[in-house]
Amino acid sequence: MSNPLTPTPGDRPVLVAGGISDSHTWNLVYLQLLIEEHGHRVVNLGPCVPEDLLIGEALAHDPALVVVSSVNGHGYHDGMRTVTRLRETPGLGGVPVVIGGKLGIAGPCGDEEAAALRAAGYDAVFGDTADGIAAFRRMLEALPQRALV
Amino acid sequence: MTGAGFGAFVRRAHDAGRLVVQPRMGMSNPERMRAGLLATRDADATTVGTLTLDSYTRVGDLESAQLAVLEGVDLNGYPLVSHETATTRRVLDRVHGPHFPVQVRHGSAAPQHIFRALTAVGLDASEGGPVSYCLPYGRVPLRESVAHWTESCELLATLRETGAEPHLETFGGCVLGQLCPPGLLVAVSVLEALFFRRHGIRSISVSYAQQTNGRQDSEAIAALRSLCTRFLSDTEWHVVVYAYMGLFPETEHGARRLLAQAAELAVGSGSERLIVKTVAESRRIPSVAENVAALEYAAAVAARTGPDPLEGTATETYAEAYALVDAVLNLDDDLGTALLRAFAEGRLDVPYCLHPDNAGLSRSYIAEDGRLRWSDVGRMPLSGVTAARPAHTVTSSELLDSLSYVRRSYDFDTPREEGNSPGPAPRGA
Repeated sequence: MSNPLTPTPGDRPVLVAGGISDSHTWNLVYLQLLIEEHGHRVVNLGPCVPEDLLIGEALAHDPALVVVSSVNGHGYHDGMRTVTRLRETPGLGGVPVVIGGKLGIAGPCGDEEAAALRAAGYDAVFGDTADGIAAFRRMLEALPQRALV
Repeated sequence: MTGAGFGAFVRRAHDAGRLVVQPRMGMSNPERMRAGLLATRDADATTVGTLTLDSYTRVGDLESAQLAVLEGVDLNGYPLVSHETATTRRVLDRVHGPHFPVQVRHGSAAPQHIFRALTAVGLDASEGGPVSYCLPYGRVPLRESVAHWTESCELLATLRETGAEPHLETFGGCVLGQLCPPGLLVAVSVLEALFFRRHGIRSISVSYAQQTNGRQDSEAIAALRSLCTRFLSDTEWHVVVYAYMGLFPETEHGARRLLAQAAELAVGSGSERLIVKTVAESRRIPSVAENVAALEYAAAVAARTGPDPLEGTATETYAEAYALVDAVLNLDDDLGTALLRAFAEGRLDVPYCLHPDNAGLSRSYIAEDGRLRWSDVGRMPLSGVTAARPAHTVTSSELLDSLSYVRRSYDFDTPREEGNSPGPAPRGA
């Protein structure tokens, strides 16, 4: 991760959302349980989350973290749209946002795509690999400690 | 019966002792889509073709689908609504017909635009359902999905005036793909078939997705057939089996063995059609060659399997499915209203489904014998029908274990089945 994540303490939830056109659910159910086990409240927006809904919910909940998960192959394109709109929204310029999953239709997302996603506003990009999952867990483990500071 | 439709084709194949096999296949490029259909048609198997649509078209984001067509960006399916009608007619020209019907697969809770587009290019077969293409897949309110599907069924049914026999397949036998006990899968499939029937469709297929225990799957399909015989007596119907829809084995031997079991399940249970999965499934969208290999392998397994259906009504799965169907039908004379009430009251409740219109009180687990069972039936009318094991809170690693149960079982078992499942090796794998 190139950018530090700096959530603040309190009851700020973690928002979990599927990509705009991604109908998969099990990744989101798993993420909810995993994040809850790390001591966070989760607001799970489910699959196929349009930008406007994610933005509205992010403004309403002031989340500690937004997790976008995608496995249908449109993760890169959908993810770009989502973060671009979200970062343009007043008040959401600094909210930590990460994305992960199967991000391209031809298999793993390349380094170039990951860099482009980070440049567009994601604080971290997690690939659908053992390394990606381990890095995501490390980030979750880091969240409460940072929240206590 | 015109004899020319999708349902009639499947019926003729079944009468001739052949299982119809079908891929999921959709490419955004028209030439590649046509090549995929031709390869499916020419496979050494009794096949029907598939146009799987891209997910922008599915969610109604036609602007993104159109942009991708203009810019030549690859999508994860064929953007039927965004390509010119003439383009799609060229894709289907001398391919789609009485000897090779093509079905549109989409996943939309509001498919009117898709049904209009498919009828405009001379197609008449699709799939889905007001529940199964709403609850698991997005955020469209169930009330809106029921209204959209009412309109869409009636739109498709107008094709009957032209002498065609439009066909719809329920997706209700899949729902979330994993961890849904078969009684509920069968019930949703039957209810969606009844919904299609009441809105004018006379040629229907009911789906059932392979789950975690072969015997339980056979019981479920027997229950499905019994309920269809009872409730769809005036309708042409057949059963379509989906090869496992959850996390697929990662090894070639595991993937082939799971597909072989799906083919055996389909033929053994007297089902008429099978939708295959491929050895590439766990990694990415499969290639045409991988799909053809899977079609031919499934057809070869099917050819050496004989029907051996179970008695339909003597099982717990039947009792559960019947109790659910009966409860819903008794809620209201209008089936759409009945379905809305059923979900609002938790009488139908899909485990782990995140949709706001799903009660979310039910939970399920994989028992030691591999059967899917309820740990909590929520408010579904199943007490006295099934014995739920008291639930404990599922952890993320337990959920992952359950979700990967089939993958694990098939990947790590030694490929002994290969010895007694001789068949052509998948090409292109």
